[in-house]
Amino acid sequence: MKLRIEPEVRPVVTSALALSGAVGVFALAFGVLAVGAGASVWQTCALSFFAFTGASQMSAMSIISTGGTVSAALGSGLLLAARNGVYGLALSPYFGESLGKRLLAAHFVIDETTAMMTAQTNPRLQKIAFWTTAIALFSLWNLGTLIGAVLGGSIDPQTYGLDVGFTAAYITMLVPHLRTKNGRIAAVSGGLLSVVLAPFLPVGLPILASGLAIFIGVKPQRVQASI
Amino acid sequence: MSWTLVIWLSIGAYAFKMLGFVVVGSRALPNVLSRCLMLIPAALLGAMVLNGTFTDAQSIVIDERAVGLLVAVIAAWRKLPLIVVVVLAAATTALLRTVS
Repeated sequence: MKLRIEPEVRPVVTSALALSGAVGVFALAFGVLAVGAGASVWQTCALSFFAFTGASQMSAMSIISTGGTVSAALGSGLLLAARNGVYGLALSPYFGESLGKRLLAAHFVIDETTAMMTAQTNPRLQKIAFWTTAIALFSLWNLGTLIGAVLGGSIDPQTYGLDVGFTAAYITMLVPHLRTKNGRIAAVSGGLLSVVLAPFLPVGLPILASGLAIFIGVKPQRVQASI
Repeated sequence: MSWTLVIWLSIGAYAFKMLGFVVVGSRALPNVLSRCLMLIPAALLGAMVLNGTFTDAQSIVIDERAVGLLVAVIAAWRKLPLIVVVVLAAATTALLRTVS
C-alpha cells in the first residue's frame, strides 16, 4: 500500500478523518444512552453496525427509554432514516459500478458521506471522499458505540441525567436544520405538536405525529423557490 | 429490550438507503416529495427535544429537565463539542435532582 498521499487528495482525507473523529464521540454518547435505555451491549452494537444511521438509532432508543412501544420507536427511527433514500438518489449518478458494489456502497449512504462526496469537484476525488469517509466513519462509529455501551452499563440513567443527555444530543443534531426557514418552522411546529398531543396519545406516538409538521414547512419554500 | 426493534430498524434503514441508491437510481423523485423527506428530521428532532423535556408519560410537566435543556441550548449555541453539551446538560439535571 502506498502511504504517500497526493496534495490534491490530502484535504479530502483530512476532513474525512476529522469528521469521523467527531462522529466517534457521538457514538460514545449513543452507546451510553442506549444501554441506559435498556438495550444490551450486543443490541447496541448491532444497531450501530447494521442500522448505521445515527439519528434513527438515537430516537428509537429514547422512545424505548421513556416507555414507548417498539412500534413507535421503529416508526420514528424509520421516518428519520427516510432521508437516506433521498441522499441515495443524489449520489446514485456518481456510482457506475456493478450491482454488488452498489449494494455495499448503499449501506454507507448517510449525511456525512453525502456531504463529503457532493463537496468534491471531480469523479476521482468524489470516490475517494465517499470511501474514505465511509470506512473511517463506520469504524469509529462502531468503536465509539462499543466503548460507550460497555461504560454505560455501570451508570444509572435517572441519577446521571441521561434522559437529558439524549435531549442535548438532539439539540446538536437539530442545529444544522435551523439554518433554513423551513427547517425552523418544521422543528418548532413539530416540537409543539408533540407536546400538545402528549395527553391524548400513547407514549411515543406524539413523536411520530410531529412528522405532520413538514406539511406546514413545505408551502413557503415553494413560493421562495419561484422568486 | 427485544431484538425485534434492532432487526427491523436495520432492515428498514438499509431498505431506504438502497431504495434511493439502487432501485430508483437516476430517475427523478418529485421535488415536493424529496423536500418533505428532507424536512422530517427537523420536525422529529424538534419533537424529541420538546416532548422529551416537557412531558412525563401522558402529562405535560415542567421540571429539572427544562433547566438541563436550557443549559444544552446555551452550550450548543456557544458551539461547544457534542460530548461537552451532553455532559453539561446531564450533570445539571442530575445535580438538580439530587438537591430537590
